Amino acid sequence: MAATTPPARLRLSSPTGQRGRLRGWRKALLYVVLIVAAAGVLLPFYWMVMSSLKTNNEVFTIPIKWVPDVFVWQNYVDIWTKADMGTWLKNTMLLSVAVTALQVLTGSFAAYGFSKVRFPGRDVLFLTYVGTIAVPWQSYMIPQFILMAKVHLSNTLWSIIALQAFGAFGVFLMKQFYESVPEELSEAARIDGLSEYGIYRRIILPLSVPALASLSLLTFTNTWNDYLGPLIYLRSPHLWTIQLGLRSFINQYNAEYALIMTGSALSVLPIALIFVLGQKYFVEGIATSGLKG
Amino acid sequence: MATTFETRRPGSRLRLRNTLMGWSFILPNFVGFALLTLVPVVALFYLAFTSWNVFGAAKWIGTANFTRMVGDASFWTAFRNTVYYTVFHIPLTLVVSLALAVLLNQKMRGVAFFRTAAFFPYITSIVAIAVVWNMLFSPDYGPINQFLRAVGVSDPPGWTTSGTWAMPAVIIVGTWREMGYYMLLFLAGLQSIPGELYEAARVDGANAWQRFRNITIPSLRPTTFFITVMLTIGSFKVFDLILVMTNGGPGQSTLVLSQYIYQKGFLENQFGYASSISIVLFAVCIAITVFQFLMNKRRDA
Repeated sequence: MAATTPPARLRLSSPTGQRGRLRGWRKALLYVVLIVAAAGVLLPFYWMVMSSLKTNNEVFTIPIKWVPDVFVWQNYVDIWTKADMGTWLKNTMLLSVAVTALQVLTGSFAAYGFSKVRFPGRDVLFLTYVGTIAVPWQSYMIPQFILMAKVHLSNTLWSIIALQAFGAFGVFLMKQFYESVPEELSEAARIDGLSEYGIYRRIILPLSVPALASLSLLTFTNTWNDYLGPLIYLRSPHLWTIQLGLRSFINQYNAEYALIMTGSALSVLPIALIFVLGQKYFVEGIATSGLKG
Repeated sequence: MATTFETRRPGSRLRLRNTLMGWSFILPNFVGFALLTLVPVVALFYLAFTSWNVFGAAKWIGTANFTRMVGDASFWTAFRNTVYYTVFHIPLTLVVSLALAVLLNQKMRGVAFFRTAAFFPYITSIVAIAVVWNMLFSPDYGPINQFLRAVGVSDPPGWTTSGTWAMPAVIIVGTWREMGYYMLLFLAGLQSIPGELYEAARVDGANAWQRFRNITIPSLRPTTFFITVMLTIGSFKVFDLILVMTNGGPGQSTLVLSQYIYQKGFLENQFGYASSISIVLFAVCIAITVFQFLMNKRRDA
């Protein structure tokens, strides 16, 4: 498919200075532009966190209060009793971990078959994989739903696991990485009598830790943030994920602005933490694959 | 098998071994992929020609669904709105993310922070983003309209409460969310341009704009092509952002194709008709991808 020419790998640590080092007023100007832009981009998040610490009346005021008069930490206590946050977070965590484990396992395994074993029909099969990336999920969600309902998986957490765990994305990302591992390594191991499974486990897997980290983080985030899958498949409240729960909370308490922001902030917090800790892997994963799940 | 063994070309045993070996690696993923992606895609083309709802079996009705679609005003509204979103979202995102990438492709302190900041919206959930922006866009007391009034706009738009301004609001949020992602792709492309090209141009006396116009833009063509394809597919399937921000409203002013499929399929249980709309979405995405691919090929030649 058309979508197979990924951009080159992104070197995070050493940006090439094609324009050389900037000096003097040009540099100052650039900083001003960037600081204004960054502030603009991050402003909604600032507003979310500040509103989550206000009393409800303080959220919408004229003029805007950029910092609450009193920080209402109580909001972060009340949300747990007003909403079923515990259940939602537990379900979401369970799904994200299970999907990530399966995607990484089956994806990296299949990618080895696609990049290191030569057999007839391989490239056509791979094209089929990549081709489905150009097909929006929204266009086949209905037959997929009927299928899941037929095997009684709808309205169970299994449906989301099945939905997310076998995507083409993991295979594609891992294959991109394996292609950069020199063939001589596997050849040498083959001569030493290692089986293909041995080469995968003892040589390729240890080498691909950064790619595995990228895939894990992207899959985890994707599953954590997924709204449509759970919306269609998870009807019973005890199965809801944080996204579904938050949405229903917003509908139910639509005037509790401060608490809504508290819930939103809590739903973003785990991903924000993961992102800050592992942003190198996010960036590299996206730059190598150029795709999302 | 054993009887034909001696007639085989040398190496065919190896090939069989490799085929089995290869499949054994691919199979665990392929089973899930085939059942959950390939089978549904194929089934779609059957379902679209049936009048299936949850009760009873699928009944073949030929092209009746498509005839119905032609006369369905809501379908055309959804189609128009999807094109509206696409036509503005793609160029806006391309320009903003390329500008960010060029600005951030510098040797300077703090550049990593700015990249992280630009990328952050992309990894936060749609629900949280939508609810925050809805509050920011709130017509009377929202920060955005307060700002607009402060700079002299006496009658700021009603944003998500207005039929005219709901779509621009959604486009702004969509662009804000995705620009960091495409910025990263552009950055990767920029870093693969050899620095000597710029040096040579500088020696020849080309100014910054000329270097951007004559080196950066042509060298980025593969990246731009790839990004445009991804953006097109992404725009045509836009759904969750709209579902949470406006739910298609007010009225039908932000109803898009994916959402119409969802409504017909999951809310009204008209699986057959919803599938035929899905085929339109499917066909448009594939057609645009192929078209862009061919255009790219032709320009390469």
